[in-house]
Amino acid sequence: MRHVLTTCVYCGCGCGVYLREENGRVTGASPSRNHPVSRGNLCVKGWHLHDFIHSPNRLTSPLMRKNGELVAVSWDEALDFTAQELTRIGVTTSQQGIGVLSSAKCTNEENFLLQKFTRAILKTNNIDHCARL
Amino acid sequence: MAGLATTFGSGAMTNAINEIEDAEVILVIGSNTTEAHPQIARRMLDAVDKGAKLIVIDPRRTRLAECATLHLALKSGTDIPLLNAMMRVILDESLADHLFIDMRTENFAALRAMLYRLDLAEVEKITGVPLSDIRRAAQFYARARRAVICYCLGITQHICGTANVQSIANLAMLTGHVEKEFTGVDPLRGQNNVQGACDMGALPNMFPSYQAVDNGDYREKFERVWQTRLPATPGLSLLDMTHGGPGGPIRAMFVMGENPLRSDPSLTKVEETLAGLEFLAVSDLFLTETAALAHVVFPAASFAEKSGTFTNTERRVQLVRQAIPPLGDCRTDADIIIALSNRMGYAMAYESTAEIMEEIALLAPIYAGIRHDRLQNSWGLQWPCWNTTHPGTPFLHKYYFTRGKGHFVPNDHVVPAELPCQDFPFLFNSGRIYHHYHTGTMTRQSALLNRECGEALLLIHPDDAARLKVRTGDRLCMASRRGAVEIKAEITDQVAVGSVYTNFHFGETPINRLTIAAQDPVAQCPEFKVCAVRLEKL
Repeated sequence: MRHVLTTCVYCGCGCGVYLREENGRVTGASPSRNHPVSRGNLCVKGWHLHDFIHSPNRLTSPLMRKNGELVAVSWDEALDFTAQELTRIGVTTSQQGIGVLSSAKCTNEENFLLQKFTRAILKTNNIDHCARL
Repeated sequence: MAGLATTFGSGAMTNAINEIEDAEVILVIGSNTTEAHPQIARRMLDAVDKGAKLIVIDPRRTRLAECATLHLALKSGTDIPLLNAMMRVILDESLADHLFIDMRTENFAALRAMLYRLDLAEVEKITGVPLSDIRRAAQFYARARRAVICYCLGITQHICGTANVQSIANLAMLTGHVEKEFTGVDPLRGQNNVQGACDMGALPNMFPSYQAVDNGDYREKFERVWQTRLPATPGLSLLDMTHGGPGGPIRAMFVMGENPLRSDPSLTKVEETLAGLEFLAVSDLFLTETAALAHVVFPAASFAEKSGTFTNTERRVQLVRQAIPPLGDCRTDADIIIALSNRMGYAMAYESTAEIMEEIALLAPIYAGIRHDRLQNSWGLQWPCWNTTHPGTPFLHKYYFTRGKGHFVPNDHVVPAELPCQDFPFLFNSGRIYHHYHTGTMTRQSALLNRECGEALLLIHPDDAARLKVRTGDRLCMASRRGAVEIKAEITDQVAVGSVYTNFHFGETPINRLTIAAQDPVAQCPEFKVCAVRLEKL
């Protein structure tokens, strides 16, 4: 059993929280006692931070729409098709027809990469996220 | 954010969270803090225990309002006249900090002229708040040595959101409540990394660190590091993208970890837009309402399965550490973007997320001193952090504002886009609840959280309920000009007569079908907090 110190994914408070890891599964969450925000406390969402991680509803393989249905496909197929469609529609709309939504749930590093991808590759500034929602 | 940017020069919390507990007066406006920011509410209540005065300005009697010294239950959408009236009282009673105004601000004459035109009796009528309460609130706030204003989406989600924020900034500058510890203006950011996503330039007009895309010098810097030409015109904002309709400008979308089909206003329009796209790719943990419409869905790794950083509402950049490898065939969003990038002819290669942070530090001055190894053995660093030995910045605007001098921007009352009328007689407002988070994608997976709170309840005043012959638990049909939902009633006098309120976390009660897409012209924040509905008992 390990306790891994990380940062809560719920609200903007940013509590320091330990995830309890047992045999490859996250089985619990508890507050950091010394963290300046959590100071040994969590809200009800924080204490149940681990609940969604192993939910049976998690997506576990890429999906593609074929004959109207989403079916499981390989990563290569999903990535190749996405790259091909984004390239094609970028060309037909002079780069202005593609929109990208980034996420206030994802890390700084991922947000940075996605805006770099949008600006440097898709050649558009059509990128936003739900900051205002 | 735009409101504070025009007045102070920087759209972020000016204090650290822990400073709040040592304030003498805390003015909370448009924030349901106990539900949405539990740890910050704790600091507020600790401050009250130490003798601080708590003033809550909110149309509803929230839990925090019940603990307040003074609760001003204003009518929704009348924040500007209320704040203006407080400022007028401060001028009339000689409580303004003229030394601060002279040395640190500009454009005060325009604000003073506007305030002297104000008719206080008229304000009492517009806001529904007794003038004596407004006067007491103004006196408490202005006389305190250490006073903090906290605001949230109740201020920004209006068509006049930017003007609301500017009015708050005016009040703080008028009394000099800015530059010190335990004193400031604190927008509470709703989501765990909304501050970071803005800092990283996930915005249509800004590169990372709020460097404008239409500024040639900034663009050239990014072009040099990224070795490619970059577009100069600002892009479309979220609502422009999701409300364009089937014939709109956007033909394809890539959505990473968002669920616009529950989070955006006027959902029917969003549905038409997304269903009309030639191509939609979504990366998410779950098959959300948005992912169910996609052509390609990528299974993303959760926060427990990756490393990186989040930036909280007090600008604290903190590590996210990997606890387990990605489940099943999942990949991190970073890996998905890198794989797509490499397929589209632009090589991206990073050995670790720490290396991505090095590129961020190179390009984003406020993150210049942030490295993963510096975060490893600390509780994070608060930006601006200008170099690798800089200790970070707990509170902003000491000695000078980010933009130089603080700028007063006088504003007049703006009537909400849609008010109740004969056909739609109730004012509808929505927000968050303690047990759930945003569109419920994650929290609704928890059996315990669902047991504690498993459905949306429409709060309705006993007088209205009596007229409609509705009892708690009865089902109602609630309709606006844009759509309708079925919802269960809960009778409570926390809401005013003629107003109803509920939460937006529940996929089966998609209340954003009803909300209006009218938005603030500058910040482009939709007016979630006011629209007109009618109720029918089922």
